[in-house]
Amino acid sequence: MRDIHKETVVNLALGLGLLLVPLWALWADQPFTITLATRIAILALAGVGLNLILGFGGMVSFGHAVFFGVGGYVAGILSQHATSGVPVLGLPGSNQMLVIWPVAMLVAGLLAAAIGALSLRTEGIFFIMITLAFAQMVYYFAISWPAYGGEDGLPLVLRNRFPGLNTMRPWHLFVVAWGVLMVVLGLMAALRASRFGAALMAIRQNPERAAAVGINPYGVKLVAFVISGMVTGLAGALMADLSRFASPAMMAWTMSGELIVIIILGGTGRLFGPLAGAAILVGFEVTFGGMTEHWKLWLGLVLLAVVLFARGGLIGALAGRARHG
Amino acid sequence: MTLALIFEQMLNGVQFGLMLFLMSAGLTLVFGVMGLINLAHGSLYMLGAFFCAAGAAATGNFWLGLVAGTAAAAAAGALIEVSVIRRLYTRDHLDQVLATFALILILSEGTKMVFGPFPLYLNVPPILSGTVDLGLTPYSVYRLALIGFGLAVALGLWLLIGKTRLGIRIRAGENDREMIAALGVNIRALYTLVFALGAALAGLAGALVGAVQSVQVGMGEPVLILAFVVIVIGGIGSIKGAMVGALIVGVIDTMGRFLLPRIFASFMEASDASGLGAALASMLIYVVMALVLILRPKGLFPAHA
Amino acid sequence: MADPVLALNGLRKSFGALKATDDVSLTLRPGEIHALIGPNGAGKSTLISQIAGKLQPDSGTITFRGRDITRLSTAQRARLGMGRTYQISSLIPEFSARRNVMLALQARQGHPFRFLRPVMRDRALLEGAQAMLARVGLAGRASVPSAELSHGERRLLEIAVALALEPACFLLDEPMAGMGTEGVGKLVDFLHGLKAQAPILLVEHDMDAVFALADRISVLVYGRVIASGTVAEIRNDPRVREAYLGEETA
Repeated sequence: MRDIHKETVVNLALGLGLLLVPLWALWADQPFTITLATRIAILALAGVGLNLILGFGGMVSFGHAVFFGVGGYVAGILSQHATSGVPVLGLPGSNQMLVIWPVAMLVAGLLAAAIGALSLRTEGIFFIMITLAFAQMVYYFAISWPAYGGEDGLPLVLRNRFPGLNTMRPWHLFVVAWGVLMVVLGLMAALRASRFGAALMAIRQNPERAAAVGINPYGVKLVAFVISGMVTGLAGALMADLSRFASPAMMAWTMSGELIVIIILGGTGRLFGPLAGAAILVGFEVTFGGMTEHWKLWLGLVLLAVVLFARGGLIGALAGRARHG
Repeated sequence: MTLALIFEQMLNGVQFGLMLFLMSAGLTLVFGVMGLINLAHGSLYMLGAFFCAAGAAATGNFWLGLVAGTAAAAAAGALIEVSVIRRLYTRDHLDQVLATFALILILSEGTKMVFGPFPLYLNVPPILSGTVDLGLTPYSVYRLALIGFGLAVALGLWLLIGKTRLGIRIRAGENDREMIAALGVNIRALYTLVFALGAALAGLAGALVGAVQSVQVGMGEPVLILAFVVIVIGGIGSIKGAMVGALIVGVIDTMGRFLLPRIFASFMEASDASGLGAALASMLIYVVMALVLILRPKGLFPAHA
Repeated sequence: MADPVLALNGLRKSFGALKATDDVSLTLRPGEIHALIGPNGAGKSTLISQIAGKLQPDSGTITFRGRDITRLSTAQRARLGMGRTYQISSLIPEFSARRNVMLALQARQGHPFRFLRPVMRDRALLEGAQAMLARVGLAGRASVPSAELSHGERRLLEIAVALALEPACFLLDEPMAGMGTEGVGKLVDFLHGLKAQAPILLVEHDMDAVFALADRISVLVYGRVIASGTVAEIRNDPRVREAYLGEETA
């Protein structure tokens, strides 16, 4: 029980730290730091989505950037149509986040259902390659489909709106992203502790045993895959608003790789692992990116060292081994 | 649209497919024998192209460049295997993905540091430049040579695996690791050799393709992902599957990009047709992959039936 | 005689030239223990895998509680009431003994798609699991991760998990394997009581246990059932003595 307690302390520190740093930046008038914290929160959210299937469910999706990108495009396309007044698929556009988010989650969820239904017929190395391949398919479609910018991507003239806040101000947008991250983390904690979470974790460890007690591994995995895609899609919608840009690069295979890296650096299967991982990754980029243009070489070396010698990630190092009562 | 054009595109498709085969053969061999998923295979392709371009520029001889590219990729492969990859054979796929992803970052940035951030250019050797008349259409001699190269390497690989002692050991390694250990084969050396062989094939492909494309960092990964599609279609671990899958992907992708915009143009406005046609053509091979998965989840030629 | 709970009819399964299951027909009737014996490589595990739904037979049918289940998935068969244990313990390693049993209970109670209510505050599940663990004598080990249990304890936990499914039949694949004499004695007593709850198809190598427990025995050799009958009939069957028991005593 002490380990669980320790992990809770680490989680609290991470969640509050992410709030306090931009609060300090607001006081010190450092808007760039607030934007970095927003980026961390959004990348963490995307990682939380992937962590559900990769960390809890053991499914190594190497194409999760596709949901991130699709969420971003939903935000960009709805906002563009709201500006132009031209309906899209017979419906009006919108520049309200509270409208855009459910649509982004719905579209990402439907795509996840299609990709998951096919990919989950396989496992192991096949699953990795196939999720990657389907993500590439959508990526190339986005590049060669000229209606929404093609290769150049789709700029958002203004950020989408949230009631009562001015999202053009860094601090306000941060509060939105932080709030969404915390709500989703809370839901994810409940999900992990639920019957569904138990079934999912059991399938990761021993699918044959799970089937022998009457749990259908395919069905549980598919539902998890869809939820996972929806969460990552929501993160994509937020990212498009942060950078005021939706582009094919959001669903490039390197982005899928980065999402996995975020989870591993933080600690696979840890609730707050993606937050720790996103903070490390963005921190690394900012720190070393300023010192050398070849910072990715160092990132590669660090990552290699973590994989070969320090499995468990940051939360594993701080809070010890994970336990499941 | 004439028969000549279609014929030319078919040849392009076959040529593309054979280059994909060189990439896929190494990937599928490494997975079949060592159970490893290697994302850095695309980096070896890139290294082959860079060392070929640099070697050709330094010596003024394309062929010496080709040898340099292939040898550099093989040496890099052996080095990577000994220093990193061999620690991954007993790890799960997630660790393999991450470690080889890290290798991509290292090799890409390393290449940038050594060769600079700008693309290199590699010229087709004089003897292979120009076109030759194939009756229906004139065709690039170099591309024809690529087809010949690809077929020759495929034949060589088939002989190597089917007819030599090394091939017997490789096939034994696919089936039963303990057995080849019991036979007294040095597994560590065998694995290094297989990995270097796959790397050499990837480097050769990169060097050959480098003369018709620009040689730049990041050139390996799109090809790597296509090679994944190839071996998912063909069946992971099967050389024959890699050959069939590579030709399927090469021909369908090339023909799709050529035909779909023209087909759409026959019933819609030209500007819309080219956009939609190109967008759908870029998805075509993935649709084929999905169909193969639905019908044959383990690929066309499952290696471990 | 009552209708059989489980009936195999003309089951065949080949791997290449090897006939692992060759025209096997047998039944499991209410209230009985039907033991399946045979030398190593006789095809017992292949047969169990087909009954449990892990392998598909090439031909033949499997009827369970009057319903053809030949094409159903493992999970569907489990929900219809088939409770199996594995030859090599197959549990959820990171889960405690309690959570292993709770998983079976939650699956039996219906679909797993409850997303928000925490299982560890679900009193019905917790108490149900504790009762099952108490029946096999593991009540004191409820919080221990199954990977850290002793070999014998894992075998008992396998049975507790099967019990939690409240199955209509048990498939027990070598439950005595690797247990000491004392453990085997206790397990024999336990299974003797268990058959009143649901009939048992028992694959077992321990001949003393089989002869002490079985109501009927079928002998599998090279994928075929070469004899089937009561303990006395099997003991005296010359073909069995030659093909199987002879080897054992030689």
